[in-house]
Amino acid sequence: MAEMGLADIHHTAVKLEATSRGYERGLIELAERGSDIIVMDADLAGSSGTGEFRKRFPDRFMDIGLCEQDMIGTAAGMALAGKCIFVTTHGMLAAGKAWDIIRSTICYGTLNVNICGADAGLSAGAAGGSRQSLEDVAVMRTLTGMTVVVPADSMEAKKATMAASRIPGPVYLRFASARVPIVTTDLTPFTMGQAEVYRQGDDVSVLACGVVVYEAMKAARKLEDEGISVRVINCHTVKPLDRAMVSRVAVETGAIVTVEEGASIGGLGGACAEALAQVGRPVPMKIVGIEDRFGESGEHEELLQHFGLTSRGIATAIREVLTMKKGGAAGAHEEEARSR
Amino acid sequence: MSPTPTELRGVAKAVRRDILTMLLEAGSGHPGGSLSATDIITALYWEVMDIRPDRPVWEERDRFVLSKAHAAPALYAALARRGYFDVAELLTFRKLKSKLQGFPDMHKTLGIDASVGSPGQGLSIANGLALAAKRDGKSFRVYCLIGDGETQEGQVWEAAMTSAHHGLDNVCAIIDRNHMMGDGDTEKIAALAPLGDKWRTFNWHVIETDGHDMEQLLAAFREAASVKGKPSLVLARTVKGKGVPFMENSPEWHDKKVTEDLYEEAMQALS
Repeated sequence: MAEMGLADIHHTAVKLEATSRGYERGLIELAERGSDIIVMDADLAGSSGTGEFRKRFPDRFMDIGLCEQDMIGTAAGMALAGKCIFVTTHGMLAAGKAWDIIRSTICYGTLNVNICGADAGLSAGAAGGSRQSLEDVAVMRTLTGMTVVVPADSMEAKKATMAASRIPGPVYLRFASARVPIVTTDLTPFTMGQAEVYRQGDDVSVLACGVVVYEAMKAARKLEDEGISVRVINCHTVKPLDRAMVSRVAVETGAIVTVEEGASIGGLGGACAEALAQVGRPVPMKIVGIEDRFGESGEHEELLQHFGLTSRGIATAIREVLTMKKGGAAGAHEEEARSR
Repeated sequence: MSPTPTELRGVAKAVRRDILTMLLEAGSGHPGGSLSATDIITALYWEVMDIRPDRPVWEERDRFVLSKAHAAPALYAALARRGYFDVAELLTFRKLKSKLQGFPDMHKTLGIDASVGSPGQGLSIANGLALAAKRDGKSFRVYCLIGDGETQEGQVWEAAMTSAHHGLDNVCAIIDRNHMMGDGDTEKIAALAPLGDKWRTFNWHVIETDGHDMEQLLAAFREAASVKGKPSLVLARTVKGKGVPFMENSPEWHDKKVTEDLYEEAMQALS
């Protein structure tokens, strides 16, 4: 099955890179092209992806210190004076600690501030549950006028960063500090708000965002050998959701599975369910994510396995949703998850 | 020609009367903190700030951020009297589809420099404006009015560090020190004193003044504008509900409804 414009992840050794590196390259390219951007960080430049930018463009960089709320407010003031700002901090500090400032100052004022959640999802790894950012996509998605983008890899992260600079209102970009597979290439199309079909298939559609797009592709490849035809869609923009794509693939394949490296409540899965229910096209559906629980310490790859966010877990959900599609009962996947 | 202090006192009285009329019409809102801030806002909009009401978004204008956003009626009355919009518009305050939202919205009201509402956020916004001005070589100043109770918010102190660290001498914060918050006396709820010393240790130039004395207020703002290398704080001693005797120093008038009878009594006091 052709996977147009993508990296060959099935035959050659896959390359790994933190998506925050793509953020860094995007910022540098923007500055090199003469964009009037200002990058702010709250004492994370060492790991968030702004470190190289700081060295190259010190006059465009500001480390405000360990005060995320003030950073967001200061960014708002600079945006009021016409600047395009990228603020960077841990996903859970942006979406959690600074949420009110993002809501009441940035969003209420429709200000041109791009909020970059570093170390998001399970990336914080060994640091454990309190530092892992599983709820960020859900809580940022509820904000009026907020665009929410979860890049699949470092290549896409760069494209998303550059695209965000052209959007006048607020954008939340979610990045991973863990080294994750590079799935896309320079040639892979990327348009904010537009989901992309990465693999054709007729039996079921998997809509994924972020670093688990790779796992969805692996699952689809594996199931091909079992005679199951899986369509894979990279749904990088969780808001505004590509509703046309979501309802089209739901109708055409009759079942969907969503996959995200975060809470299974209110994220990509929730967005797709809301969309399908309201166009009168609900189809059998499984939401693969982390079910109402905190993360815990471990290596990123171990954690993906632990929470069933690997090709194996996704394949299980696909078989499950296909049983539902044929009129069977749901539940086997949950039982397996519980027994793990 | 600059208005004289006597003329400014007359303006402030008119603004206070507008505030009461707005609150009567709206049936809700915050009288106490609006009245305590009136003289400060009058001094800023009629004398201190370099603004052009006929060009509300003139790039070089001084900016004002109303961090204590519940004093919106005082700001709206000042903007209307200064010619940003029709005074009759004030009667729509807090009503459906009004340009005058309960808390200032820059997209709806001409003359508002920043949307505000959630407490404790204004000084960060002021810092951002001031940093951008310095980057762009612009000379405009940024004024930020903060409620004293509001300084219990942690973000205010994050921002106070940022202004001082970056030497933002184009930032002038004003604290409306009326000693009252929604639930009572600030010193009984979570003591702020010694408030001036706190800001001094944060490396601010602090000017303590009577927040209802026009001569003193104007002198304080002149001093603030002359300070180089650090931000200034005008710590203005005020009276919550100033100008309406039965509202003065009474915490219930933080957000009590103005009735017809009390409105008449208040307007007589301000006649």
